[in-house]
Amino acid sequence: MIAVAEQVLNGVQFGITLFLMAAGLTLIFGVMNLVNLAHGSLYMVGAYIAAATFNATHSFLLGIGAALAGTAAVGIAIEVVVFRRLYRRDHLDQVLATFGLILFFNELVRMIWGATALYAQVPGFLAGQVELLPGAPYPTYRLAIIVAGLVVGVLIYLLVMKTRIGMLIRAGASDRTMVGALGVNITLLYTLVFGVGAALAALSGALAGPVFTVESGMGDDLLILAFVVIVIGGIGSIRGAFIASVLVGVVDTIGRAFLRQLFALVMSGFAADSAGPATASMLIYVLMAAVLFFRPQGLFPRENR
Amino acid sequence: MKIGRKGVVAVVALVALAALPPIALALDQDFYIDMFTRIMIFAIAAVSLDLILGYGGLVSFGHAAYLGIGSYAVGILAYHGFGNGFLQFGVAILASAVVALFVGWVSLRTSGVYFIMITLAFGQMIYFLGESINLYGGDNGLNIQQHSDFAGLLDLDDSSTLYYFVLAWLVLCLGFGWRLVNSRFGMVIRGAKSNERRMLSLGFRTFRYKLLAFVISGAIAGIAGALLANLTLFLSPSVMHWTRSGEVMMMVILGGMGTLIGPVFGAIVYLLFESLLSGFTEHWQAILGPFLVLVVLFSKSGLMGFSGRGGGAAAKSNA
Repeated sequence: MIAVAEQVLNGVQFGITLFLMAAGLTLIFGVMNLVNLAHGSLYMVGAYIAAATFNATHSFLLGIGAALAGTAAVGIAIEVVVFRRLYRRDHLDQVLATFGLILFFNELVRMIWGATALYAQVPGFLAGQVELLPGAPYPTYRLAIIVAGLVVGVLIYLLVMKTRIGMLIRAGASDRTMVGALGVNITLLYTLVFGVGAALAALSGALAGPVFTVESGMGDDLLILAFVVIVIGGIGSIRGAFIASVLVGVVDTIGRAFLRQLFALVMSGFAADSAGPATASMLIYVLMAAVLFFRPQGLFPRENR
Repeated sequence: MKIGRKGVVAVVALVALAALPPIALALDQDFYIDMFTRIMIFAIAAVSLDLILGYGGLVSFGHAAYLGIGSYAVGILAYHGFGNGFLQFGVAILASAVVALFVGWVSLRTSGVYFIMITLAFGQMIYFLGESINLYGGDNGLNIQQHSDFAGLLDLDDSSTLYYFVLAWLVLCLGFGWRLVNSRFGMVIRGAKSNERRMLSLGFRTFRYKLLAFVISGAIAGIAGALLANLTLFLSPSVMHWTRSGEVMMMVILGGMGTLIGPVFGAIVYLLFESLLSGFTEHWQAILGPFLVLVVLFSKSGLMGFSGRGGGAAAKSNA
């Protein structure tokens, strides 16, 4: 039971990492109608900047700060140089151009930081373990990721739903021409949303660095998972992204941890060794297919459009 | 007339391809035979994608999966001692068609950006499946012991024979594709792309047509995969990685969507450019990436578009 609880927490932690990615992605898609494959690159850039800064200054918070600021700057730069030309293009063009950006960024980090993975360590003040349940210690750092993710999630929700900027963002999502005609600087608004999305991806990468490996291409696979999350949650919905992230994180983690043992109950150990991991790797895609089968627009579709 | 010009370009290109092995052998540049074999294999994959992308407007971002399924069909059968080429290619085609049927059946319920993301996700699902099956090499890949054996009729160990075998498949796929897109079936697919609602009200059940096109496209990509396994004699899940799907899509765009022969040029240019750059610097992707961005931003209809505005069905709108 304790093992299950621990894996559920791991799943939630993974889900939170995914949510920070998916929130930016869905925000950018919802507001600007832009499919940004390079979002995974921003996650990677964030992780690299955080790890490099931490290794140089031995300050974890400085690393996070540098990652947020640096990646937001990178995000805004590519928004101005490339994406502005893509908003009115079809999705295919957006996919291909951002695919080109992925190749570029994957190579860029290799040029700057070398081909070997960068070592990112857990900061000293979060290195210990917390005993959540008696006899079940859990790494403080992973717990901190969950807390940080929840806090950021709430902040994003408040920003989008309760502030004037958020109101403009939502208005821009439903009718950008009208918002522009009302005198709002829509170009600036887009750049701002993009900067926020990039910073979210950077936070996700910076926090995930010590848990996963900081290497070139680390964002690519996570990006696909973030897409799965968005498709399940409903494109453009922050709330959907949150619920779907946790769902995907937990299902994936639990599947990888226990499916083999579960299969071993009903088949030979050798067969379970093959079938367990194979099924576990497909689990979330099956989940996605099932959700789509019943709700083609995802769990929380947007009302308009 | 458009078809006439494209036809001429196609014939010239295929004749040039047919003339390559003797010239390469005469110049002692055997290397180019294998290189162009690889290029033609990817050309087949790109043509298969063009059938649904260019003519059907279906942005399938998981096409590398069928390439992988074709390869694994050959590799797994060879691993278990079934070296017969007819069997291997039959299974490769059938298996990729069946998977495409399932993926298409779920994905085609959606459209637009959902469709892109879902095909992408299914492609990754199959990639991770390949990565997790340790029996067939898993992450590390698996050597294939022998080429497909076509009852002794073909000696695929010989690189020129393999080259012409691949070329024959390319010609076959182009011919089949050409017949297909100009048939009634192809017209329905193209109609569904430009105005699906109208096709529906005309009484066409577009879902079935699109699904069949998706399956055909997957099966042809499966052939490319089976050929790729014969070229590399190695199974690796990396052929199914989603960035591979992106590359194949890039070839289609580079050559010109909805032209069939365009993607062949796209494959040639993309892979030649890649090999040129990688000889020039190890950081070639840092140049290739921005190049692709520029292609997308400033070229609307690909190489076939430049060579005579032949963009045809697809150069224009794509919602």
